[in-house]
Amino acid sequence: MLSFVGQRIVKGVIVLFAIIVLNFFLIRLAPGDPAMVMAGEAGASDQIFVAQLREKFGLDRPLPEQLFRYVKGIASFDLGFSFRQQMPVSKLILDRLPATLLLTMTAFAISLVLGILFGVLAARFAGTWADTAITVLALVFYATPLFWIALMAILLFSVTMDWLPSFGYETIGAGYTGFAHVLDVGAHLIMPAATIGLFFMATYTRMTRASMLEVNRLDFVKTARAKGLANNVIQRRHVLRNALLPVVTLAGVHSGTLIGGAVLTETVFAWPGIGRLMYEALLQRDYNLLLGVFVVCSAMVLIFNLVTDLVYRMVDPRIEFAT
Amino acid sequence: MLKRVLVGLVLVCGAPAAALAQEPKTGGVINAVIQPEPPGLMMAMVQNGPTQMVSGNIFEGLLRYSPKLEPLPGLAESWTVSEDAKTYTFKLKPGVLWHDGKPFTSADVLFSIEMLKQTHPRARNNMVQVEKIEAPDDLTVVFTLKQPFGPFLGIFEVGSMPMIPKHLYEGTDFKTNPNNNAPIGTGPFMFKEWQKGSFIHLVKNPSYHEKGMPYIDGIYWQIIPDAAARSVAYETGKVDVLPGGSVENFDVPRISKLKDTCVTGAGWEFFSPLAWMWLNNRSGPTANKKIRQAIMYAVDRDFAKDVIWNGLGKIATGPSASTIKFYTDDVPKYPFDPAKAKALLKEAGYNGEKVRLMPLPYGETWQRWGEAVKQNLIDVGFNIETVATDVPGSNQKIGDWDYDISFTYLYQYGDPALGVGRNYVSSQIVKGQQFNNVEGYSNPEIDKLFADGAVATPDSKRMELYTKAQKILVEDVPVAWMLELQFPTITRCKIKNLITTAIGVNDGFREAWIDK
Repeated sequence: MLSFVGQRIVKGVIVLFAIIVLNFFLIRLAPGDPAMVMAGEAGASDQIFVAQLREKFGLDRPLPEQLFRYVKGIASFDLGFSFRQQMPVSKLILDRLPATLLLTMTAFAISLVLGILFGVLAARFAGTWADTAITVLALVFYATPLFWIALMAILLFSVTMDWLPSFGYETIGAGYTGFAHVLDVGAHLIMPAATIGLFFMATYTRMTRASMLEVNRLDFVKTARAKGLANNVIQRRHVLRNALLPVVTLAGVHSGTLIGGAVLTETVFAWPGIGRLMYEALLQRDYNLLLGVFVVCSAMVLIFNLVTDLVYRMVDPRIEFAT
Repeated sequence: MLKRVLVGLVLVCGAPAAALAQEPKTGGVINAVIQPEPPGLMMAMVQNGPTQMVSGNIFEGLLRYSPKLEPLPGLAESWTVSEDAKTYTFKLKPGVLWHDGKPFTSADVLFSIEMLKQTHPRARNNMVQVEKIEAPDDLTVVFTLKQPFGPFLGIFEVGSMPMIPKHLYEGTDFKTNPNNNAPIGTGPFMFKEWQKGSFIHLVKNPSYHEKGMPYIDGIYWQIIPDAAARSVAYETGKVDVLPGGSVENFDVPRISKLKDTCVTGAGWEFFSPLAWMWLNNRSGPTANKKIRQAIMYAVDRDFAKDVIWNGLGKIATGPSASTIKFYTDDVPKYPFDPAKAKALLKEAGYNGEKVRLMPLPYGETWQRWGEAVKQNLIDVGFNIETVATDVPGSNQKIGDWDYDISFTYLYQYGDPALGVGRNYVSSQIVKGQQFNNVEGYSNPEIDKLFADGAVATPDSKRMELYTKAQKILVEDVPVAWMLELQFPTITRCKIKNLITTAIGVNDGFREAWIDK
C-alpha cells in the first residue's frame, strides 16, 4: 500500500506541474493584464504608471522567464504575490480556506448522508408513492440552477420569514464568543451549505437508488435470501456495500471540485471563501492569485482522488492496490 | 504684494447652516456597503473608487468642496492667491494630529506631494504646472506656479491629493511599508480591522480636529459581491447605506419605496460622471463625421434615461457635464430623429459595412443600454455586431483602438482642464491608454483652445474659450455623448448629514449622525 501511495504522489506532482504550465499560458491568453486593470481602476491611463506596474509585477520580462520564476517559487512552497491585493498569495488563500472548507464539507456531509439515505429508501420502496416523491424531488434539485435556489432561499428565509441571515460568515460587529459564535456561524452556514448540498444530494439519491436496484437483482442476493437471511440484513450488509461503490467514486470526484463549485454560492451569499477569491482574481487578471488558487484546488482534487482509492479498499476488500 | 482672499469663513459657516436646524446626536454605528472590495486602503498607493470611499474617512486633503465646487477649508484653514495668480499660500489648521498622535505640519504636505508624484498618476499630472513648493513655517505652505493655472484650487480634495504622514513613510519602500495595511491619517475615523472578503471596520478618532466630530462611533463597510444580495442586505436591515452604484439601477425605484428610506443624487458634483460612446475616428464608418452625427440622431437617449436608468440623470449636451465649471448648453443639438439619421447615412454613402459595438461590462444596466442602442442603430440602417468582453478585455481593446463604438463613462473632476480636455486634445492620443483621447480625434484649434483655457485669467476669458471648444466639439461629434449619470445614494432616513460636499460619500462620514 505504501508504494501505491508513493507512486500516486509522484504522479500527482507531475500532473500538478502540467496544470501549472497549462494555466500559466491559458490565463495570459485572455485579453488585458493586471496592470491595465489596475490603471483602469485608478482612473489613470498614463504610460509611466502602467509601465511602473508592469515592472513591479515582473510582467515586462519574457514569458519563459516569468514561468521559470513562478515554478521556482512553487518548488519552495511560495505561491507568489498578489498584484492587486498587495499580499502574499499563500496568506490570502490560507485566510479563506477555513471558510470554504467549512462550507463545502458541511455541504458534502449533508449531501452524502441524505443522498444515500433517500436513495436507499427509494430503492427499498421502489414503485411506491414514497419512491416517486423522492425521485421527483431529487430531479427538481438536480435540474435547478444553484444560484436560483440560493436566491429563492434568501427570499423565503431571509426577506419573508426573517429566520436566517442572508449573507456573510458571521454577524458583523456582534462580537459573539464561544457557543454563541458557533450558533451564529451555524445560522449563516445553513443556506449556502444547503444550496450546494441539495444539488449533490440529488445526484447521490439517484445514483444510490439505481445502484441498489441493480445489485438487488444479482445472484448473490438470491443466495442470501435462500440462506434465509432477513431482508434488512441483506440490504445493509450485502446490497448497500456493493451499491455504494459508484457513489464513492462520484463523491471522490465531487469532493475535490466542490471547492471550485462554490464560486456561485459564495458570491450570492457573500461567503468569504476561495471560490469568490478565484472569481475576483479572474476578473482582475490577478495572475498569481488565480494560479495559486488553481494549484491549491488541483492539489485537493489529487489528494481526494487518492483518498477515494483508499476508501474503495475499505468498502470493497476485493479491490487490490495495483502498483 | 496685493492679495485677494478667496472664500472666507462666511461660506464655511453658511454651508452647514441647514444641517444645524437639528442638533446632531452622538453614538451608534453605520453599516455601509462597499463594492468591490478595495485592493488596499492606502490612498497614495491605490486610487480606485472603493479605496477612495473607505479611506476618505481615514485620510484628508487640504481642501474640501461645496456642491457648487467652491473650495472649503480642510486641513488648510485659509488660503490666498497672489494677484498674478501664480502664488498660492495655504495656512494649515493648527492642532491637527495624525492617528498615532504626532502633529500634522507643512513638512507632511511637502512630503505627501513628493510621494504622490511617484505613486499617484492624477496628482502627478495636476502638479505639472507647479514650479516649487515651500514651507516657510510649520503651518504655511506656498505653491509657486510656472504660469497661472485656472483649476489649481480644484485639485486638493482627499482623493486627488491625500495627506500622508511623513514620519511613517519617509525613507521607506512605499510599496511594502507596513502602514499600507493599517493606514494612519488625520481623518475622523481610524482603521481598526479588515477581515478580507467580509468587512472593514473603522472607529471614531477621539482626537479629531473638528470639535465634536465625528458623531458616530464607527463604520462597518460590508463586502457583499452580488448586487441582488446587497439589495437584500438593505431590505433586511443589515446595512443602512448603499452608496451610489451599489445596487442595479432597475432595483433603485423598488428599494426607494421601502419604509424609512431616503434617496439622494447629491455628492457627485465633483466627479460628474458623464457617459458616452467612443467612436473610432481613425478608421471604419465612424471615421466619417456625418456617420458620427447620424449616430447622435439615431440614439434615443430619452428612452435610455427613462427606461434603463429609471429617470435618473440628464441628457448630455456635449463634452462637459452641466454640473462642472464653464459648461454651456449653447451648442448644436441632436434630438432623437431617425429620419435625419437615415438621411445623413445616405449622404455619407454608408454601404452597410459592419460596425462593432462594445457595451461596458459593468453589469446588467450597461448590458441593457448596449442592447437598446444596438436596436436604435439597426433601425436607421446600421449593420451592428455586438462584441462581448469582460473589464480587462474591454480595457485592452479600447487601449489598442480595436473597436468601432464602445461605451464608457468618465469623471470630469469639476473643471474642463482636469477632466474634459484630456479626452479631445491630440497630445493625449497614445496607444495603450484606455482613457483620454482613445477615439483619435485631432483638431489643432481644439488643442489650442484647451491649452489656452487651462492657463487663461480671469474666469470670463476661460468661459469664452471653453464655450468655443464645446461648440466645435459638438459639431464634430468625436464621441457620442449620452447621459450625465446619477448614482443615487440610498440610506435609512434616520441617518442625517451623510452627504455634505461635492465628493459625497468619499468625503467621509465626519458630519453624519443617527437620529435615534
